[in-house]
Amino acid sequence: MPAFHIHVTTGAGTPIYRQIVDQVRLAVATGTLSPGEALPSVRSLAEQLVINFNTVSKAYAELVREGVLESLQGKGFFVAQKRQIYSRGERLRRLRHALDSFIHEAVFLDFSAEEIRKAVDEKLAELDWQTKPLGEQT
Amino acid sequence: MIASELSNPSEAADPRTVVIEARGLTRYFGNKCAVDSISFQVPRGSVFAFIGRNGAGKTTTIRMILGLLEPTRGSARILGQDSSALQPATRARIGYMAEGHPVYGWMRVGQYAGFQRGFYPHWNQEIFGSVIDFFGIDPRTKAGHLSHGQRAGLHLAMTLAIEPEVLMLDDPATGLDPAARRSLLEAMIYFTRNRERTIFFSTHLLDDVERVADHVAVLDYSVLRVCCSADTFRERVRRLVARFPSEPPRKLPVIPGLLRVTRSENELCLVVANLNGRTERDLEEIGALTVDEQPISLEDALIAHVGRQGDKSFFLDTAGGTQ
Repeated sequence: MPAFHIHVTTGAGTPIYRQIVDQVRLAVATGTLSPGEALPSVRSLAEQLVINFNTVSKAYAELVREGVLESLQGKGFFVAQKRQIYSRGERLRRLRHALDSFIHEAVFLDFSAEEIRKAVDEKLAELDWQTKPLGEQT
Repeated sequence: MIASELSNPSEAADPRTVVIEARGLTRYFGNKCAVDSISFQVPRGSVFAFIGRNGAGKTTTIRMILGLLEPTRGSARILGQDSSALQPATRARIGYMAEGHPVYGWMRVGQYAGFQRGFYPHWNQEIFGSVIDFFGIDPRTKAGHLSHGQRAGLHLAMTLAIEPEVLMLDDPATGLDPAARRSLLEAMIYFTRNRERTIFFSTHLLDDVERVADHVAVLDYSVLRVCCSADTFRERVRRLVARFPSEPPRKLPVIPGLLRVTRSENELCLVVANLNGRTERDLEEIGALTVDEQPISLEDALIAHVGRQGDKSFFLDTAGGTQ
């Protein structure tokens, strides 16, 4: 399994805390980070990335709210067991939102529907599904 | 202006929560106004970026806060005391790094420790030594032979060795090479490990602001334009792109909080503070086909606040950090 590293860039449209949230979510979704695995402490991540402590705190707090991480008093932050905190409707809404920007970009680049489908299938096949997505159980 | 709420304007702020406070702080040099009635509060434990281009009045403000310069009007307080009457015991809790990091060229780095500690009741030689080491400086070197980055390192070592509660850094990163600049930021982050400590630093390098600051104030030609948390600032400043079937109308409706408009053949790009739902509707009413919100970088948002039409050089010249 590839080691997990967070990178941040400045001067982007995405705030630094949001970059951290996105990277942790992706790592958990693709199994780079497994349930129960510890994340770097707020202090060590802030010092490693040379960013304000509050920025890391804010990112971790959001990940806890979303159910991606859990905070164990005095021990730090860990990847939570997989569970969905959003309703099916909300999940669909978020999926469509993510699809919109992806499809617009792909169409803009002049790919055909067939080519786009093929690329999506290939990408999905690459994902190392650690567990069956909870969404498929319902 | 995007401002945080000032607490009761008639009373001095509680020094347990507010470390620095400026009230209507004003300074003239002759008949030129350098700082024009600015008011702000620096919360304890914050990393507060004081942003503005050269000549905007940043150094003048810092010198008034430190009691090194009399205000023409208004007042400043630091650590609960009026800046014009700071007692030595209070001064000893403030670490100040002056602009440009001047040194006595004939003095050796190691001798600086003995020189500086004479002025302060508290001195941690271990911190001095480790910061010197962190910047790769040999203590036997004469200060005159140090690079600009090493001179900054020497100043930082002298400032941190007194273990201050408040760091006042006047344009600490200007002129530093990328490695020294990163070392400086690392030292700043390290300093705030103790969450009771506060950093107030002036700068025009927005990458640094994005990394380390949690509060921002923008000084533009002696006037304070923005003063709030960095998150609030980012959340409130938005960019809208409105597309039109042909050339966008010349006359726009009144858009509250409008900071900047740029137009192209069939698009209007607006940077707006405190966006409300009405702005999109207003744009559709004058014929916009679509109105999309686009991400905006901290840098773009700040430029929109201070840049004027036909005056786009601000920050863009200096954002790369090379001077």
